[in-house]
Amino acid sequence: MTALDIKDLGYSYGTKRALDGVSFALRPGKFTALLGPNGAGKSTLFSLLTRLFVSREGRIAVAGHDLARTPRAALSKIGVVFQQPTLDLDMSVAMNMHYFAALHGISGRDAQARSERALAQLGMAERAGEKVRDLNGGHRRRMEIARALIHDPEVLLLDEPTVGLDFKSRQAIVDHVHGLAERGLTVFWATHLVDEIRDYDDVVVLHRGRVLAHRAAAKLRAGRPLAEVFIEMTGGEETA
Amino acid sequence: MNLYLTAMLAIIRREALRFIHQRSRFLAALVRPLVWLVVFAAGFRAALGLSIIPPYQTYITYEVYIVPGLCGMIQLFNGMQSSLSLVYDQEMGSMRLLLTSPLPRWWLLFSKLLAGVAVSILQVYVFLAIAAGFGIVLPLAGYALVLPALLVSGLMLGALGLLISSTIRQLENFAGVMNFVIFPMFFLSSALYPLWKMAESSTLLRDICAWNPFTHAVELIRFALYLELNGLALLWVCLSFAVFFGLALVGYDPSYGMTRRRKG
Ligand SMILES: Nc1ncnc2c1ncn2[C@@H]1O[C@H](COP(=O)(O)OP(=O)(O)O)[C@@H](O)[C@H]1O
Ligand SMILES: [Mg+2]
Repeated sequence: MTALDIKDLGYSYGTKRALDGVSFALRPGKFTALLGPNGAGKSTLFSLLTRLFVSREGRIAVAGHDLARTPRAALSKIGVVFQQPTLDLDMSVAMNMHYFAALHGISGRDAQARSERALAQLGMAERAGEKVRDLNGGHRRRMEIARALIHDPEVLLLDEPTVGLDFKSRQAIVDHVHGLAERGLTVFWATHLVDEIRDYDDVVVLHRGRVLAHRAAAKLRAGRPLAEVFIEMTGGEETA
Repeated sequence: MNLYLTAMLAIIRREALRFIHQRSRFLAALVRPLVWLVVFAAGFRAALGLSIIPPYQTYITYEVYIVPGLCGMIQLFNGMQSSLSLVYDQEMGSMRLLLTSPLPRWWLLFSKLLAGVAVSILQVYVFLAIAAGFGIVLPLAGYALVLPALLVSGLMLGALGLLISSTIRQLENFAGVMNFVIFPMFFLSSALYPLWKMAESSTLLRDICAWNPFTHAVELIRFALYLELNGLALLWVCLSFAVFFGLALVGYDPSYGMTRRRKG
């Protein structure tokens, strides 16, 4: 069973068509990049996957749970990092983690253990006591990723998680999340930057709300630079 | 611990901590009613004329009359502010986080509401303590009995704020809400003048005030402070809460509400 299965998904903002006939299923334990230029519909897709928006067209299943029919079971299997940071800056890393654990009904020693484990996975273990305001952008993002893991989701969704970060921080985050996939987690990573994608990753190319391709990065680029193939497919322009 | 309670307590704890970190918001919330109490009450006193009306058993001064209304004012501001911060501040992100929790949405929103109410009750008690310092001392048991009244009125006003945050997009900022919600609700109520006084100038005005849920919140608080239960006010406040919260839930249902909002 796949962690995320999408069929014929469509969505419009008024008359503006943002997603159209989107269908794909993620391979379990794979890092799949959702690659699309600005305005392709990546964030819209993420809003639908996390049920912030609901569409009448198509269906979404998370770990076998239909998101429309059993939303709560489906949501409990999703970990998500949104494009805009959602942090309590004046609280410590640990407090941010515990707050989120509580939203999933996890408290006490269990929350403590899960929080420590998740932070360790992102190389953040020794920062648990620090105030989030004192962390740099890269570490803040890593905390958000750790937080999204606290309830053991089947699939981790990340919407352009490296935007606005310096090269080194980006590199560290890309490495860490690839590491998570290597340890068996299904990862779905939205981006418009081809250098975050590795040859053994899967790629879903999204352009103007439609899926143009879904295959392994190595096959997709077929010996050419991925950037070149991507620009060829999308015309290299922004559609926003 | 029960999973629902775990989430609710965490939401309340977070709101309390946020509140402590925003000292300016706390001060503003206190200065507003205190200005009314100290400055305006002196000027308005003559205009009121004195009479004994329930729940008061003796003649009262104007300062004493407006204390319950100012408690309501604190809760009104707090209700509008906490839900507006959901839409326009960085709080939007935290709302998004909240709504991805697998717990039922109505429970999450109710917890959020309760968290705001807890903060408003804290503000009211600090205000009452300062008022006592100015010599406006209420019956001792009133300080305890007002707690459930503040809980109910706070929930009602918070639910109204939540409803506004979920539906009305035109109110782009706090000034808009001040002009179109807070001021009319406050001035067209029994907060500053008793209804009989309103009737002297216009019965229409009196009727509007009698329909205003804020009037009933204020009366509920007023009676509780003097150890009485105003059953009609309680009924009004509860009904208003049910309507506001019900509509807010519709507004936050992803199939109707959030969808149409601009990108956040
Ligand atoms: N709230 C909205 N109202 C109207 N149009 C929107 C809204 N949000 C996004 N769009 C439009 O939908 C398209 C997809 O946007 P988005 O999902 O944010 O793309 P991406 O995340 O890939 O950059 C864009 O053309 C964008 O302008
Ligand atoms: Mg986006």
